[in-house]
Amino acid sequence: MVEFFKAIMPNVYAYRSRFFQSCEATLQMFVIAGLISFALGLLFGVVLTVTREGGIRPNRLIYRVLDVFVNVFRSIPFVILLIFLIPFTRTVLGTAIGVKGAIIPLVFGVVPFFTRQVEAALAGVSPGKLEAARSMGSGTMGLIFRVYLHEAVPDLIRVTTITAISLIGLTTMAGAVGAGGLGSFAINYGQNQQHQDIVNVCVVVLLIFVCLLQALGSFLARKTTNRKLFARTEK
Amino acid sequence: MITINHLCKTFRLRSGDVCAARDVNLDIHEGEIYGVIGYSGAGKSTLVRCINLLETPDDGEMTIDGTTVVIRSGRVFLREGGAEKPASEKQLNALRRGIGMIFQQFNLLDRSTVADNVAYPLRYTGMSRADIDARVRELLALVDLTDKADVYPSQLSGGQKQRVAIARALANRPRILLSDEATSALDPDATESILALLRDLNRKLGLTIVLITHEMSVIKAVCQRVAVMADGAVVEEGEVYNLFAHPVQPITKRFVQSASPLGKIDKMIIEGSPLLRVGPGGYLVKLLFHRDCVGDSLISDVSRRFGVNLNIVLANVEEIQGVALGGMIAAVEGAPEAVQAALDYLRDKHVSVEVIARG
Repeated sequence: MVEFFKAIMPNVYAYRSRFFQSCEATLQMFVIAGLISFALGLLFGVVLTVTREGGIRPNRLIYRVLDVFVNVFRSIPFVILLIFLIPFTRTVLGTAIGVKGAIIPLVFGVVPFFTRQVEAALAGVSPGKLEAARSMGSGTMGLIFRVYLHEAVPDLIRVTTITAISLIGLTTMAGAVGAGGLGSFAINYGQNQQHQDIVNVCVVVLLIFVCLLQALGSFLARKTTNRKLFARTEK
Repeated sequence: MITINHLCKTFRLRSGDVCAARDVNLDIHEGEIYGVIGYSGAGKSTLVRCINLLETPDDGEMTIDGTTVVIRSGRVFLREGGAEKPASEKQLNALRRGIGMIFQQFNLLDRSTVADNVAYPLRYTGMSRADIDARVRELLALVDLTDKADVYPSQLSGGQKQRVAIARALANRPRILLSDEATSALDPDATESILALLRDLNRKLGLTIVLITHEMSVIKAVCQRVAVMADGAVVEEGEVYNLFAHPVQPITKRFVQSASPLGKIDKMIIEGSPLLRVGPGGYLVKLLFHRDCVGDSLISDVSRRFGVNLNIVLANVEEIQGVALGGMIAAVEGAPEAVQAALDYLRDKHVSVEVIARG
């Protein structure tokens, strides 16, 4: 087995500990930045939905501020955002490189995107359901947790999957500016040293990861949709 | 039960102001099924949403089940004793809990089972889980869906969904139920069964029901009294029977026509149907037989007594609120004095006589 690996990808084998470190770094960036972004994006998405004109608790000021924030950071290409945020990251975390230094730009890159996705998912909840819940005496919190977030779960899972997959892409980009991970491994050890097998393996690993995420997301979304889109025969 | 005084609501849209309620006054009695009919855009949905304050009126005063709500310039006050205090969101939510509401699109939560949907208004109210379960079972039995407790709404028919919505609306034991076009998305059979259920609940629980619809047949089937709305205003109001017997406003006449074969009479008159031509000296009359005289054999009686010929062109009898209402178009021919005497005799017998044409 080992001989086999050695034969088809000698360079990956030679740098195997570095390769595993890179995988770990990518995973760390993904999990930490992902969790923070999920919480913030969900919060912002809900706030935007609730405070918009005609929402369940309209508030022009909060809506405008958040809306502009999201638009601004959505329109900055991630590679530029990375270098743009270096001074900020350095003041906050003391460093702008490594996994730690990558978290802040990743969060800034993902949250606006995810916020819009959450907003779209929540927009799919029919106003009639909200009205019915209001007629039963639900307040703002009741409407958010018992109607919006409850009914939108399958869509939220779908957009979370999409965002998670795009986050993987961003972590590799962050690698290009010193964050480590599979991105920098592929560039520094693969591309720069002309080891094509390293690049290939990075691609395969990321491909598998993305496929697993998508499969998991699709499965959960299907599981939580208690509604048949197409009539099927009953058991 | 519900008194509405001088209720006004205007929507300020970019395309201009839309007045959805202009100075509406209604008095809905306890235990009755009160209908509000109008074409879409007449303001009936807004009116019913003002009752449970889903929509905040601009101005007006409402007394709902003993609670007086005063609205001035879009601000809501509760009147207690002599004092008026601004109503908090919490108080409004409590008020809404005392009024059930059902909708055209059912508005059930798709991701909750039938039982969870019905339990929605009961959760987070301090009620114990066991009590909620018991109440949910009771409610499902009330709407005859006991076997569907663990099913999701998507597996139900429209009529069954509306039953779930009714059970949910009644969970908090409200004394008022608002129904916003609740049967408009249903097929005739389901409509019939939902209306029967509403009638049943009205009788069994003494539930006051405010029912909004654009179909006169629905009003005819369940309502005791009805208000006709057009352009934000109540244009005609009263007992359903009287509205059918003597519609005054043109819009009311149109609604009556739509629901009653008698309406055909008016249509034929308007269209000048050849069936309505009479010979020289004859009268074409429209006769309306009210609750007291439908069963009598008046026509043959008149014919014999005055020696006139009555040729019945069109006739119909229907039952509204259990009372018969008959209508007829007949050509009356005979000696002029005899015809006059015959018509006077009919009037004496409380038949409303209207001469449509003279030959």
